[in-house]
Amino acid sequence: MVQVRIDGIRTVVPEGTTVLEAAETMGIRIPTLCHYPGLSPFGGCRVCLVEVKRGDRSPLEASCTLPVDEGQVILTASRKVMEARRVVVELLLSSCPSSKTLQDLASQLGINRVRFKIKERECILCGRCVRYCKEQMRSGGIDFVGRGMASTVSSAFGTTPAECRNCGGCQWVCPVCERACLAGDLLNGLCGGCHNAAPVETCLVCTHCSESVGAGGHRVFHQ
Amino acid sequence: MKTDLEKVAAIIDRYDRHCDGLVSILHEVQHEFHFLPEDAVRMVAEFLGLPLVQVYGVATFFKAFSLQPRGEHTISVCMGTACHVRGAPNVLNEIKRHLGIEPGENSPDMKFRLETVNCLGACALGPIVVIDSEYEGEVNSGKVKKLLDKHKAAVMEKVHA
Repeated sequence: MVQVRIDGIRTVVPEGTTVLEAAETMGIRIPTLCHYPGLSPFGGCRVCLVEVKRGDRSPLEASCTLPVDEGQVILTASRKVMEARRVVVELLLSSCPSSKTLQDLASQLGINRVRFKIKERECILCGRCVRYCKEQMRSGGIDFVGRGMASTVSSAFGTTPAECRNCGGCQWVCPVCERACLAGDLLNGLCGGCHNAAPVETCLVCTHCSESVGAGGHRVFHQ
Repeated sequence: MKTDLEKVAAIIDRYDRHCDGLVSILHEVQHEFHFLPEDAVRMVAEFLGLPLVQVYGVATFFKAFSLQPRGEHTISVCMGTACHVRGAPNVLNEIKRHLGIEPGENSPDMKFRLETVNCLGACALGPIVVIDSEYEGEVNSGKVKKLLDKHKAAVMEKVHA
């Protein structure tokens, strides 16, 4: 067990917990974007930045990938954090201004303008779809392609990958809906989303439990 | 052009079909074919048991790899600051005139590929031209013809031998 202090409140959490998880158990909400339940931590969007006190220095770290450490002092909503977080969201918004998730996040943080030049990219490279495909669907049909400014999320050679089961999960987890629905255009589209071709076996009585999510966790009850 | 997949298989086998050797395998495939043919990339993914998109991601990440055919011999002209002030643009223009291609293009016979780089770290020798990792320092537009002829002759010799 590790003792940490988050926003002045002392707490004891098991070793290996991330700062984000520790804050959540205390009811402290840190806004996140690339973090998603059931997917591995990624630390790509930097929305969940927190201030970590280390002597006279206090660097900003992404709380979703930062493991707790004995005696750690964390500030989740200090002035420095809020200023940095606002800039991060503003930058994200400048590449995807029409995303509802980002707009909600912006309004929560009190952002009402974007000072950066808006360049619609329709993707913020949060990697949710990539991790969903790899970790929940055990498929890995899409990944980051290219490098730096030119990097995008794509399938190999721009064709529908053989691994794709048309689950539509990549569209579903996307915060900016990068994968626009391309139903009927399966050749260059990734899956066709609502055009779901592969039927998923369900239990006789479906209660819409979450157990049917993902190939690894899929369980069908016949009774 | 059909890709000789047996050669690809031999390269993969040399790395025990282990995914740790992915970058080295792609390097050797690129060395063999001067670019990464699509069927070779698919074969590497299949033999190493990796998702195709992961191999594709690595192939697109590194600038050393190309998915488009490249000329057999790469001519890189340094356009860094030091080379630039010593007359690299003239050298580049002369090479462009001789080969009839722009940077980033291949000669029609697929023997040469012209590229510009931003610094090779040997600024004192500028302007520098690199042909197949062979450095030529203090090149001027007058030397270009001799340089290209030398390499063309070497290419022809290899063809006849």
